[in-house]
Amino acid sequence: MNLRRFTATLAARNREFLRDRMALSWNILLPVLIVMGFAFAFTSDNQDLFKVGVKGEPAGALAFLAVEHISFIPIDDLADAIPKVERHQLDMLLDLERQRYWINRTSANGYILERLLTATGGSLSKQTVSGKEIRYVDWLIPGVLGMNVMFSSLFGVGYVIVRYRKNGVLKRLKATPLTPFEFLSAQVVSRLWLIVMVTSLVYAGTNLFVGFRMHGSYLTLLLVLTLGTLSMISLGLIIAARMANEEAANGLLNMLSWPMMLLSGVWFSLEGSPAVVQQLAQLLPLTHLTTAARAVMIDGAGLWEIRWHLAVLAVMTGIFMALGARSFRWE
Amino acid sequence: MQPLLEVRELVKQYRGVRAVDGISFSIERGSCVGLLGPNGAGKTTTVEMLEGIIPATSGEILFRGKKIDHEFCQSAGIMFQNTALQDYITVAETLSLFGSFYQRTRPLDELIEICALRDFLSRDVQKLSGGQRQRLLLAVALINDPEILFLDEPTTGLDPQARRNFWQLIHTIKSEQKTVALTTHYMDEAYQLCDRIAIMDRGRIIAQGSPQQLLKAHFENAVISLPVEQIPATLREQTGFNLHRRNTQVEIHSADLNASIRTLLEQGISLDQMQVRSPTLEDLFIELTGHELRA
Repeated sequence: MNLRRFTATLAARNREFLRDRMALSWNILLPVLIVMGFAFAFTSDNQDLFKVGVKGEPAGALAFLAVEHISFIPIDDLADAIPKVERHQLDMLLDLERQRYWINRTSANGYILERLLTATGGSLSKQTVSGKEIRYVDWLIPGVLGMNVMFSSLFGVGYVIVRYRKNGVLKRLKATPLTPFEFLSAQVVSRLWLIVMVTSLVYAGTNLFVGFRMHGSYLTLLLVLTLGTLSMISLGLIIAARMANEEAANGLLNMLSWPMMLLSGVWFSLEGSPAVVQQLAQLLPLTHLTTAARAVMIDGAGLWEIRWHLAVLAVMTGIFMALGARSFRWE
Repeated sequence: MQPLLEVRELVKQYRGVRAVDGISFSIERGSCVGLLGPNGAGKTTTVEMLEGIIPATSGEILFRGKKIDHEFCQSAGIMFQNTALQDYITVAETLSLFGSFYQRTRPLDELIEICALRDFLSRDVQKLSGGQRQRLLLAVALINDPEILFLDEPTTGLDPQARRNFWQLIHTIKSEQKTVALTTHYMDEAYQLCDRIAIMDRGRIIAQGSPQQLLKAHFENAVISLPVEQIPATLREQTGFNLHRRNTQVEIHSADLNASIRTLLEQGISLDQMQVRSPTLEDLFIELTGHELRA
């Protein structure tokens, strides 16, 4: 490993990426657009209207039930309704049969409704639950960012190296003292830092508009992102090892990335899907990246809680990188 | 004295095709050697084996008496037939990128001067003209101040002006006592640049020597050319002339110009449209292989 050759190749690759406006803006814009689109769709049917679940009929007149701008939703089963209070999907739950109500300790809406209820003369007994609000957008952000990392890694390394091979850039480099190891590490490191930069930028940007939840440590999240990115870049290296046909590489990369996007739980949870699908999903690096990122962001998980995902990502990175580097040919 | 590069019984076998079929030659220090031949003759395969880019099936390549290995790339300058450079990188950045690969480099300023790159140093390599591109690729090939420079069809696809400029460049490099090995299918290029040429056809070297030697050895004197319709079909039998049909012309290779013209007049052939010229490498190629060079 000659450091001078490595850094020169790294710098050249970075320049190429940063000056390729199309690729750069696509890398940044796509995830922002997706998240914004979903955030918009999400808020439009979630106006700041108070939602109160009501079980049973009032025994006498209850003035609270006449307050405007509150939507009262009839409830049959308390066991279903209480978790909704925990997740902030209901702001309050009234059980008129047994004269009880539930609010979430962390919910501002719940607090206001409680004051309204007592002010209008309701005398029900208070029950509290706690739980953090999980909006779809909070759940989606780690998935969309993970998906972007996947596309950027696979195509940014796989496709680019195949293109280099096809148009003779690799052949020219082969004729110099540059070693495959130096060349490949430069490609990996260049893509890695670009993805980490772009993802952080997209994260900060969308956070400004959507304001999603982040309960864990940023350092842990950065580690998850780095390891997940590395694993997918190394997967790209396998594709890039020998192919010289851009169209074929493109097809193969799509064949790899689309099922991964659908099976890794980017858009919807896999909890209800067949066991086979769930087991298959465990083989995909994107599953581990998104699951670990969600655990950190939504549940505030620490390193120990996500150790399994980190270990799997590290092992995958090792295997993919060894395979990719061993089978690499300049031509 | 030991030649700088020596090739012995070099063979390259591809599946079903013997691209290079046991060739031997040597390249003296400070000389310019040209591999000449039509497309598909095995020139590029040969030169890429010499460069160490593709392995030979058998035979050996000796550089300063030692088999070439990975270290050879520190001493060799290579310009391929088709290479792209990384996009979105400027000419100056390309030079410093390649410069960083080698232990020893020639001062970039000197290279920029020799290859006349000064005017477009900060231009993206994607936006260079054909001639500018070739000059940059030549500068990249020269960046490690190589002992031997390989050029694979360096002027193919250039306009005549750019070709002449490029030849001028090669002359400059030759005047620095550099050793050059080039392939070409242009006869005039080989004649202009090379001290020695090896003519290749179907994987073999069919003749080698200096251009003047080769022409002298194979041709006596001059080539007479006349329109086809003026030459009776029986001329060959009647006169014993060495005749070749070439498009709409018939060419007669003549050892004694006066005697040949006398014979033509005796046969009653009109000489109104006659042309007489010196034989070229192109004639030599046809003479040796029986087919056209660019066929």
